[in-house]
Parts: sequence; structure tokens; C-alpha cells
Amino acid sequence: MPNVPSDAPRPGPPRRVTMQRRGPILVDGPVEVELEDGTTVFSDRFRVALCTCRRSRRYPWCDTSHRERA
Amino acid sequence: MVRRRPGYPGRMHHEHREPELPPARGPVSAAVTAYLRDTGPLPRAEDVGGATAYGDDLQLALYLCYELHYRGFAGVAAQREWDPDLLRVRSALEHRFLSTLRADTPGHDSLDDALAALLVEPVHGTGVSHYLRDEGELWQLREYAAQRSLYHLKEADPHAWVLPRLWGRAKAAMAAVEFDEWGGGRAERVHARLFAGLMSDLGLDTAYGRYLDAASAEVLATVNLMSLFGLHRALRGALVGHFAAVEITSSPGSRRLAEALRRTGAGPAAQFFYDEHVEADAVHEQVVRHDVIGGLLDEEPHLAADVAFGIDATGYLEDRLGARLLADWRAGRSSLRTPLAQEVTGIS
Repeated sequence: MPNVPSDAPRPGPPRRVTMQRRGPILVDGPVEVELEDGTTVFSDRFRVALCTCRRSRRYPWCDTSHRERA
Repeated sequence: MVRRRPGYPGRMHHEHREPELPPARGPVSAAVTAYLRDTGPLPRAEDVGGATAYGDDLQLALYLCYELHYRGFAGVAAQREWDPDLLRVRSALEHRFLSTLRADTPGHDSLDDALAALLVEPVHGTGVSHYLRDEGELWQLREYAAQRSLYHLKEADPHAWVLPRLWGRAKAAMAAVEFDEWGGGRAERVHARLFAGLMSDLGLDTAYGRYLDAASAEVLATVNLMSLFGLHRALRGALVGHFAAVEITSSPGSRRLAEALRRTGAGPAAQFFYDEHVEADAVHEQVVRHDVIGGLLDEEPHLAADVAFGIDATGYLEDRLGARLLADWRAGRSSLRTPLAQEVTGIS
């Protein structure tokens, strides 16, 4: 029996992504990240911090390398 | 699992055994120890008043009082946790510690300034983690782990006391970070368990409380600070500030310690503990700053100064500890009160 419209899967609430000009992107986990070379990395932490400054030594995860140095 | 019976040691897993009371370090801790064993009276007021606030005697006495709220001690009745006479003594010890700390801590003018100072990484840092990364030797890393085991074997536990004192966004965020500290629902990923793995890699005894007697007064003070802030609702702002300071400084510091352990060939579990903290605490510091502090101050903006005090007091006591460790190590001395047993085989 074909699905009637009321049975159609509804999209859940949109996943919130928090952007910061100086700092990582914050996304609720679990998260799978596809990298440029086609490989994927996974984290099931409740929230993950994705590097945007490209200085992280644990890329794509933030390691606080974006911090100002003095 | 083996059921415990009084007076019968059985074959318990060492993690479930209560630690022994350590030897006293002066008249106040001697009296507290005797009282806990039911063999003597509580310390006299003049002894409490005469003890140095950051000294071995007062800090150990306070540590013993606080430890009754965590795992207790072998041969000490669990009911001592709420013994009103002992609590009165604890209160006097706390007053000495906190009032001295308030007088001594160099404070920032505002919470924003206190946070901003933590978010700048020194190019030429001079702290313990810089020293260990650049020139630390294995014996120093072992001492560091033994000293820090007083906290890391109950990592994140002192901060749990604050949960019922928070609401809404601050509570949800604090609970989420704590859940991550406790392994996200997986016993093998509890950070205290990961630290026990690090200790094993370094040939140390992982039993809870094993290095209490060896730990210096400066370490006791850093752990007593967490218990003090955690156990008092009046100090909830300071607890949140303390937690923020730990999480913000942990990620870069952990990277340096992981490098030190890698360079000295300490073993995979030892490196993993700090590698995990690089990544976890880069997230935690974001959550703590935006949602725990932000959420708390939305509800209770008058606590901003307390949050700043928690940050600054943590930095002050950490600096005292760092100075003590580096002074001992640069002089070729042990930083511990009792030396560690010889390294076990398998450690390069």
C-alpha cells in the first residue's frame, strides 16, 4: 500500500551550526567529515569544533591553534 | 564483583578499595587524622589559626575533610562526611584558605579581561608543560603524573557539585561537558580511566589516593580549590570560572604534554590521554565560554566578578605549583615528598 502523505517522513529540526569569525565552526555530533582527498573522519562527541583557520595539527578538528599569539 | 565485608580485604579490584589515611604533616592534620580514626580530639583553634594557609599541614587537613565527600578512607566511617564538629573545623580551614586566596590573587578588572588573557598563547611560554615538552625527562613526567593523579583520578568529579546550582542553558551545557569527561556513556573512555592508563604506561600505581602522601602542598591546594568551589553554592560562580580556566588552558597544554610523552617514549595510553584532551577541550572551552558562563550570567549577571575570581584564583594556584615543580626539577631535586619506586621494566 502506497504511503499517504501524512506518513511521509518529516524532516527533523534543522541541525544548528555555529559560526565564529575567529574560531572553529561548532556542530552537534555525531559528525562525519569528508576531506579533500576523499577520506572521511568521524567523531561522536556531543559537539565538535571544526577548524577554519587551517592551522590545526589535528585537522579537521580544532586544536585551538587559531588563538592569538603574543 | 566481590562483595565487601568489614575487616575482610577480599579480592577487590583496586579501584574500589578506599585509600589509607596518609601520615600527618603537622598538628592540624594530625588531629584531623586522629579524629577520623576515633583516637583523638579535633584540632585546637590556635593550631588552625597558626597554620600557614597554603602550607602542608592546613592543605592536607582540608584535603582529608573534602575527601570524605568523594571516596573516603579505609577505617573511617562514611558518616563522618556530615559530622557537625568536623564540618566546623573544615569551615575554619576553608576560611583561612579562601580569605588568604582573595587577598593574594592578582585579579583582572573584568571577566572579559580575565577570559581574554587565557585566550592568548605565549610564543615563548615558560610554564611546566613548555619545560616538559622541551627538556623534560622521564622521571619528571612520572612525578608530574603522580602529583596530578590526585585530580585526574577523579577528573571532572569536583565540578559535578555545581550542576544542581545551575539552570537552563548553563546546566545543559555543563552536563554535556561533564558527560564527555565521563566518557560519553562508555566506561573505557572515562577520562579518569584514561589517566590510569597513562599512569600504567609510566610504571605508576593507579590506585586511587596512592600518591596523596607524596603530593606537595601546592598540588593539594589546586585540588582543594575545586572542592571548595564545588561544595559551596555561594561559590558557584567561582566554580564555573575555575572550570573555564581549566578547559581553556588545557588544549594547548595537553599538546605539549603529549609531545613530551612521545619524545620520552612513554607509551600509547600516556600519549592518548593528552591527545584526547587536545581535541575534547578545544570543544569544551567553546561550550563553557558561550553556554556555561553565558547562560549563568544571563540568569545571574551579578556573578560575573565571582567567575573572574574563579579564573584568577585558579591561575594563581597553578602558577605557584608550576614555580615549585620547576624550582625542584631545575635543581635536580624530586618534587615529591616521598620518592617514587624504581621504574618498572618496559619503560624506555
